[in-house]
Amino acid sequence: MADAPTGKRYPPFEYEVGREKIREYANAVGESNPVHHDPEAAKAAGFRGVVAPPMFCVVYSAGAMGPAILDPEMGINLMLMVHGEQEFEWGEPVCAGDTITTSVQVKDVFEKKGMTFYVFESESRNQDGQTTVKGTWTNIVRGG
Amino acid sequence: MADTKLEPGAALPALSVTPDKYVPHRYAGASGDFNPIHIDPEFAKAVGLPQNILHGLYSMAQVARAATQAGGGDPRSLRRLSVQFRGMGVPEQEITVTGTVREVKNRRVIVDTVAEQGGNQIVRNAEAEIEPGFTE
Repeated sequence: MADAPTGKRYPPFEYEVGREKIREYANAVGESNPVHHDPEAAKAAGFRGVVAPPMFCVVYSAGAMGPAILDPEMGINLMLMVHGEQEFEWGEPVCAGDTITTSVQVKDVFEKKGMTFYVFESESRNQDGQTTVKGTWTNIVRGG
Repeated sequence: MADTKLEPGAALPALSVTPDKYVPHRYAGASGDFNPIHIDPEFAKAVGLPQNILHGLYSMAQVARAATQAGGGDPRSLRRLSVQFRGMGVPEQEITVTGTVREVKNRRVIVDTVAEQGGNQIVRNAEAEIEPGFTE
């Protein structure tokens, strides 16, 4: 295990949310609720536009998480890495047309039972500064 | 929706889904995760897996769907979800998400939930917090 930098922050990543991307994601995971597909249905339910399913947060967070996981200073052996645990806490819904900015930092790195746990924290905000999701991402490397 | 009374001990309506052979490809495109263990059976076998495996976050999305549906179907009803990934999910085999209400605090319903496939827990120790009440 490298001397992993707990508290290290990575540059914020900006993601523009497109209606067709929401539809593509909703179709891929089987979300058939019309609010994820049809602007009129979304507006009738009180959204600004087609709304993303909660787990769409992985799409707009990915660009912020990538550099953290690939950071040579973290020293994660990608060949031995598995996604071990994941937590999301949602805030404001995300709609087509939003711009979401995600920041990531290293929360903790520890060893347990011969494995190394790399824990990252992300926070995503929309163009109005409202938090849309907070994520805790735990990647596990066997043998460290 | 939400015919089930969300009170401690109540079972969530089960959600069953059988991802077809191409789901990992569609999910890769939708999410941007093109790790070959998910989309290339030959590569997956070469690194010791039985076949190409589902994305863990796809399986987590199925747990999120089940929890959201239990909350009445509005995406705003799912407030928090934490999961552990352990077993590997595979395409072309039914996944079943089940859950039980653990407690209700104010308007928050806390649910223990799990996704199983062929007797194997692919998402385990999952905990969802739901706030029912949004109507469509």
